[in-house]
Amino acid sequence: MASAGRGVTAPGNSLGRSRPRYGETAVKVLLLAAALVSIATTVGIVGALIEPTIKFFGEVSVFEFFASTDWAPLFSPPAFGVIPVVTNTLIITLIAILVAVPLGLAAAIYLSEYATARVRKALKPILEVLAGIPTVALGFFALTLVSPFVRSWWPFPMEAKNGLVAGLIVGMMIIPIVASLSEDAMSAVPGGLREGAYALGSSRMIVSLRVVFPAALSGIIAAVILAISRAAGETMIVVIAAGSNPTFTVNPGKEMPTMASFIAQAGSGDLPVGSIAYDTIFAVGSLLFALTFAMNFISARFVRRFREVYE
Amino acid sequence: MAVLTTPRSAVQLASKGRPVREHVFRFVLMASLAVALAFLILLLVYMVVKGWPRLDARLWENMPSIRRPERAGAQSAIVGTLWLIGLTALFVLPTGVLAAIYLEEYADKTRWYNRLIELNIQNLAGIPSIIYGILGLGILARVVGLGFGVLTGALTLSLLVLPIVIIASREAIRAVPPSIREGSLALGATQWQTVYRQVLPASIPGIATGCILALSRAIGEAAPLVMLGAATFVPFNPEGLFDQFAALPVQIYFWITQSREEFHVLAAAAIVLLLVILLLMNSVAIWLRNRYQKRW
Repeated sequence: MASAGRGVTAPGNSLGRSRPRYGETAVKVLLLAAALVSIATTVGIVGALIEPTIKFFGEVSVFEFFASTDWAPLFSPPAFGVIPVVTNTLIITLIAILVAVPLGLAAAIYLSEYATARVRKALKPILEVLAGIPTVALGFFALTLVSPFVRSWWPFPMEAKNGLVAGLIVGMMIIPIVASLSEDAMSAVPGGLREGAYALGSSRMIVSLRVVFPAALSGIIAAVILAISRAAGETMIVVIAAGSNPTFTVNPGKEMPTMASFIAQAGSGDLPVGSIAYDTIFAVGSLLFALTFAMNFISARFVRRFREVYE
Repeated sequence: MAVLTTPRSAVQLASKGRPVREHVFRFVLMASLAVALAFLILLLVYMVVKGWPRLDARLWENMPSIRRPERAGAQSAIVGTLWLIGLTALFVLPTGVLAAIYLEEYADKTRWYNRLIELNIQNLAGIPSIIYGILGLGILARVVGLGFGVLTGALTLSLLVLPIVIIASREAIRAVPPSIREGSLALGATQWQTVYRQVLPASIPGIATGCILALSRAIGEAAPLVMLGAATFVPFNPEGLFDQFAALPVQIYFWITQSREEFHVLAAAAIVLLLVILLLMNSVAIWLRNRYQKRW
């Protein structure tokens, strides 16, 4: 890389560096500093979470937090059993995944295996627009249009704000993630595999399902894990459409505040700094951070595996 | 894609025996895409129809009001959002692009710290936005002491979209073929001269596309700002970096939580405004990508 700055002035050593380039070094330091902002962000997040969380567990026993099913941190007397908001998060995420995985995968197979280049070019921006809809708009849509509609069809009692509708709309939100990442994985499958299958007399459906899909599986799993992580951390849709009253239930017709929606609801109030209720926000935040961090990490591992095979 | 067109005759030969199943499968795939499309159209139509009575100048000429929804507007929220996006762009674009240049052009991939930076950026891209709200609340507002002004909001949004900007910029930089760099270096340019005069100009359209999409994510984001006390009914526009501010998505959220129907109409109208801004930004990004994308 080192170029011979002025070869003429240093004829004996024309390939070596003629003099140090301080400007180049300064630029490199500046660039590295910009890259280190991301490290500082992670350190900042962990730093913001850790101190109030330790303080929280000084007052609330770890056993109560993880074993009690009674969650009422902002009431008196308060109760700090985190299980209900965790199960609510899992149920809403499950509903969302049940919506997004079939629809997103079908869309990905169509775009990767069936659509012509022109159709693909027209359809992909639509997924991008869907991905860009602000979640407050989706929450409003869920609460004022989808919820009354679903309630009129649902055979059991259902509250106006409920986990089912919130889960359905979160599912619509993550379709683009599942679809576009899975499509990337399927497009990366070498054409030779398809041609081999076609040569053996397979139909397009068989090629899609039995050749391309298994070959792209690790990329698809990565996409689904990332979508799960997005659904579990989704805030505004759940705040608006799933209510704030936590009961320990698996009935999706009930209100179902999640970890993320609890943080937003408690954080937007005027909780006194340093109070136990205020520290609860950070304790739940630590749990959510650890959960999504773990899922992102697993997803990244799957991506690396599928890259290793085909690149 | 030429490889895919060759076996088409083979497909026709093979599918003669089982046309029904093939057609049903194809129909199911197209129906899935149609569901997503129908959802999007229904959402847009619903917002326009619901918000129509309030889609007029009152929306941007008047200030929010809690008592009189018929005279309430969103001017302070619109101005607040413009402040936020302007500042976010100012912070995140240089940082993100410089970090991307470092990772693509300078970083030695065998060093542990470079791999750590890379892994860390991937992870940050998947952290929920509400966690960034905690970062803004716990560190920026309280420890650093920036308070709850528009500067804290913009910094929080900047950190939120930084991974998106870095990832998009890296892809754009990677698309510039190595021969361009080698040619420049062979002519005696230094590494920074090569980056600044060859690589960067060639990758600007891709970088711009990614940055616009990242900023459009920041515009619609409400969760972290809710944590930062982006206030409900702020009857004035921010005039300095530390002023209290409103933001369009947060304003919409608080209107949704009101029980009076007039506020819901107002929320729908503000959502239409927000969606128009986002669709405009998306179209510019897609146009840029199609117009300037270079095939080497």
